[in-house]
Amino acid sequence: MPHDTSTNYGVAEGGAKVTLDGTKTILLVGVGGQGTILAGQLLAMVAADAGLDVKVSEIHGMSQRGGSVSTIVRVGEKVESMICDPGCADIVVAFESIEALRAQQFVREGGALFVNDERITPVPVNIGLAQMPEGVDAKLEAIGARMIDAGGIAREVGSPRSANVVLVGALSTALPFTVEEWQDAIRRRVPPKTIDANLQAFARGREAAEA
Amino acid sequence: MSKQLLSGNEAIAQGAWEAGVAVGVAYPGTPSTETLENFVTKPDVYAEWAPNEKVALEVGLGAAMGGVRSLVTMKHVGVNVAADPFMSAANTGVNAGLVLLAADDPSCYSSQNEQDSRYYAAFGRIPCLDPSDSQEAYEMAQKAFDVSEQFDTLVMLHETMRIAHTKTLVNVVGSRTAVNPRDYESRPEKFVMMPANAVRRTLAANDREDELVAWAEETDLNRVEMRDTKVGIICAGALYVHVREAMPDASVFKLGVTWPLPPKKLAAFAACVDKLYVVEEATPYLEQRVRAMGIELAEFPGGRLPRSGEVTPAHIRASFGLSDPEHLPVVEGLPPRPPAFCAGCPHRLVYVELKRIKAIVTGDIGCYTLGAVAPFRSVDSVIDMGASLSMAHGMELAGTPERTGRPVVGVIGDSTFAHSGITSLLGTVYNGGKGTLCILDNRTTAMTGTQGNPVNGVTLPEQAARVNPLDVPAGKQLDLVKLCEAIGVDEVEVVDAQDMLAIRAALKGATSHTDKLSVIIFKAPCRLIDRSRKPMPTITDCRRCGRCIQIGCPALGRDETGHAVIDPNQCIGCGQCAQACPFGCISKEA
Repeated sequence: MPHDTSTNYGVAEGGAKVTLDGTKTILLVGVGGQGTILAGQLLAMVAADAGLDVKVSEIHGMSQRGGSVSTIVRVGEKVESMICDPGCADIVVAFESIEALRAQQFVREGGALFVNDERITPVPVNIGLAQMPEGVDAKLEAIGARMIDAGGIAREVGSPRSANVVLVGALSTALPFTVEEWQDAIRRRVPPKTIDANLQAFARGREAAEA
Repeated sequence: MSKQLLSGNEAIAQGAWEAGVAVGVAYPGTPSTETLENFVTKPDVYAEWAPNEKVALEVGLGAAMGGVRSLVTMKHVGVNVAADPFMSAANTGVNAGLVLLAADDPSCYSSQNEQDSRYYAAFGRIPCLDPSDSQEAYEMAQKAFDVSEQFDTLVMLHETMRIAHTKTLVNVVGSRTAVNPRDYESRPEKFVMMPANAVRRTLAANDREDELVAWAEETDLNRVEMRDTKVGIICAGALYVHVREAMPDASVFKLGVTWPLPPKKLAAFAACVDKLYVVEEATPYLEQRVRAMGIELAEFPGGRLPRSGEVTPAHIRASFGLSDPEHLPVVEGLPPRPPAFCAGCPHRLVYVELKRIKAIVTGDIGCYTLGAVAPFRSVDSVIDMGASLSMAHGMELAGTPERTGRPVVGVIGDSTFAHSGITSLLGTVYNGGKGTLCILDNRTTAMTGTQGNPVNGVTLPEQAARVNPLDVPAGKQLDLVKLCEAIGVDEVEVVDAQDMLAIRAALKGATSHTDKLSVIIFKAPCRLIDRSRKPMPTITDCRRCGRCIQIGCPALGRDETGHAVIDPNQCIGCGQCAQACPFGCISKEA
């Protein structure tokens, strides 16, 4: 199914465990089918379990067919809007490097940018109607992107489809939630058969971001 | 009580269930679709997909008239389809509660327009509730049924994409109100809309309007939040949270009911603030109504809000003359990444061949709308559900094929054909129309997420039980061939949509004569319901002609030397590229 329709996850009780200074905005961008929605839901579960307010805005429908997609997650004591305007993202996680450049204006001053070191050629480039930009890596380096080889890591742990969870691992290093909280959310959210692979993917994503 | 992270649609499903709703009916449409998909998973409910929104509302009205609370959901343009029963139901009223969820799509993320469904609520003079997050969606879904029964009226629950598809925390009670079916008694004076009764029901609606205005003045769904009195803002829905984000110090009149508006309460708010503004998106729905009350609105100091598209906190700040935070510039010149047919999509080769014969294609609503973009650019019109077939007939009447020397071909999907194409085809046959119509039968309602439909025979409860359309016995599926024959189509042919030469032959045959009406059913399952993969083809001695690339498969690209290469992560081994290669360089064998 292109989007999961049965995603009612209970939130663990226990009151506020984490406090944030203001609202944090995390923007996940990628290409339809890369798993940005699942990544956003994992983050939302962790934040909600930590007693924070959460809003997760997803784009469904036509753009899921291989088009540019984005998921916005906002967490804090009280979250108002679910939208991320330019200059308002504390963290951007790009699941694809061209999409990272496409989203660079959303990163706030001093914000973090994690980028999956993968390039998916858009169909207009393949058919000769557009060109891939030159010097993508240099441009990303110039804006302080942290490159993560999520696809490679996911293949190494034997679960090529877990690149999104590798990126969640990288993202987790920039947020004040514990490893156990993330692991707990992964166990509750991913298909049972894939739990171990996804936990490994998460751990390796953390290592890659901290390296 | 438990805290849950729910989308607006999930919250509405939960609220409706707790309100004792017994029947849910819908036609899928972004951004409304998941509401019924969630509702059907609840205990002790019945829910179904209707072939279209008109049927859905009629089924819902029948169930409500028959005595049980009913929920009908659709996207904004679906309300157009349902407009006929909508306007009558607005006059008949209900027996048990009846709520219509209308989900709008400002900025057209997945729609052909961004019309504002609240105009329909005003048109039919029925109450419209407008939640600002999932907690409110959950509560209003319940409240809407009480209002429906209290005022004997159809109620609109209105949401936009940002409410429908944003997950926010909801305090879920989790228990269902026991609602016994209401007694049914025949009331022709209320439900038989022949002229004399219709006139009386209109008078009843006049009285109801007065009662609803009085209610709107009192209900706590409309909320005044006094802060700094220099700026007062009237807003509703997602705009409320954007206003709170952008203008945290402003006083706010938050409308939870967007029809009818409360004139006295709004005037009182206007008197408490120095300058009053309306913040809304896509249409001036609220602004027009507030101005019509004689309430003065101020000009935005930083210029008006966008007249179309979503309004975000940044737009609001700009209109109040506040600056954006510093940020990096937008990178110019990046290659666009529009949506595209999936690898192995059964629509692709049909468009390759339609392009080859330079057909004028009247298209329709679904994934196959993407035949309008490169590399195909083969679709001349996409208007509404079913228009492909009727417009092809209209172009034939205009003599367009003769004058252009190009065949006109109507192209419609299976679910869209069941939705509104059958009557179009009937009209063409009845009037002796000729030409070529294609039904792209991919065995599912793909664009909205592989829902069941009458053609594949999967019901909503079966879909919830994960029944694959490919496992449904033929006897449960709509037989498109028999249907077309019964309607009186001259020639009906079924063609494998993964066989390029067969597609070519069928289109050539059908478009070569002008004295017959031909329907070609191009059949092959959507890749989202048939996940099987075959070995990836191998490319040897590539001549670099690029013909395979021009079928627009996302798994196909070129290396630095121009040699065609296949992305093993995306390729599913469908073999379309092998068929497109004129030199036989791509083998289907691994």
